[in-house]
Amino acid sequence: MNPEQVEAAWMNEHTQVTLEELATLSGLPDLTLRELVECGALVPADPEGVEWTFSARCVVTLRSAGRLGSAFDLDANALALTLSFLERIGELEAELSVMRAQLPRRSP
Amino acid sequence: MKYKDYYKALGVARDASAADIKKAYRKLAQKHHPDVSKEKGAEEKFKDIAEAYATLKNPDKRTAYDRLGSHAPGQNFQPPPDWGGQPGSGSFNFDDIDLSDLFAGLGARAQGGRGAPMSMPGEDYEVTARIPLEDAAKGTLVDLNLSVPEYDETGQLRRVARTFKARIPQGATHGQRLRLRGKGGKGFHGGRDGDLFLHIELLPHLLFRPAGHDLYIDLPLAPWEAALGATVAVPTLAGEVHLKIPPGTAAGQKLRLSKRGLPRPQGDPGDLFAIAQIVVPASLTEREKELFTQLAAASTFAPRAHFKTEVAHES
Repeated sequence: MNPEQVEAAWMNEHTQVTLEELATLSGLPDLTLRELVECGALVPADPEGVEWTFSARCVVTLRSAGRLGSAFDLDANALALTLSFLERIGELEAELSVMRAQLPRRSP
Repeated sequence: MKYKDYYKALGVARDASAADIKKAYRKLAQKHHPDVSKEKGAEEKFKDIAEAYATLKNPDKRTAYDRLGSHAPGQNFQPPPDWGGQPGSGSFNFDDIDLSDLFAGLGARAQGGRGAPMSMPGEDYEVTARIPLEDAAKGTLVDLNLSVPEYDETGQLRRVARTFKARIPQGATHGQRLRLRGKGGKGFHGGRDGDLFLHIELLPHLLFRPAGHDLYIDLPLAPWEAALGATVAVPTLAGEVHLKIPPGTAAGQKLRLSKRGLPRPQGDPGDLFAIAQIVVPASLTEREKELFTQLAAASTFAPRAHFKTEVAHES
């Protein structure tokens, strides 16, 4: 029997998710996500909009923050700080990857 | 069923207090949590720690675990006949059950046992797919073979093998995440099925180094090619192209081949950057030696002239 074939969907800035979808995807409660928005750790695409939407790129970082929150019983403030640090680490790793790619592989 | 020593996993005595168990767990979790640690095997180590803590932090589960007795880790054993009120009493078959699933099942039954069965969403999974650069560029199918816990018709958690092919669309790159909706754990009592998150890792390529959707390649040039300019063949993902090297190209200079990088899901593809490297022959023929000597004598080029002016400026 041929294995089932499934389509993978992008989790990047071109995919937007609602607050409700973000809660489902990240495993974090709606209230916690609102607290993260209030303290600036999570930024909606249109903060003044009627219904908040978010870039799907943040889902994976939120899931990591959520796992750490659950493993260490973190409150909303600590979770916000963790999320900011995880995002900063992600940015620095991306910069490092660009710098590394520019290093010559073999010496001339 | 194979025995796991949860006390040993946390490094505590069997009579340790709840506070000591929590302290030991936190100390180990800080070291091995996969979202923090980059150590090899950290994820597996943390799973063991988390599994042990999930059982020992809950007084009911800890009591049930203690009633299993003490065995050597990995030893096959059967719980006592009246243990945990398992369906079928003593006749229930524990052979292909993992201890962690058994305790997770205890929790689910405890929640679902009061009143109407409780709806629970299926677990989400995160899996890494390592694919070649060429496959990322054109899109590919990856085989996923997972062993996941699922509830059977008796309400017991069992490990089941699930196999399917995931289509990675064109435009993925290193570190990118994709979602396979509903391909995580099965929901319980009408709960939604979990999702499967794919983490893309590109396998190292002999020539190209990815950075986002841009690619970098080393471009070795002979000194005369760099000095005089040349047209050289450069490989790209779509085949060889001819690149014009401007006269006076220095080592380390980046030459951009627009839109020759990895395709993006939306928008233009990334660029390919060829980084010039000036290379010299490992050994020179007599003729080459003669010509280089003539060049050295004739040239007024002073590549280290700035040393003197900068040293003078400093002092």
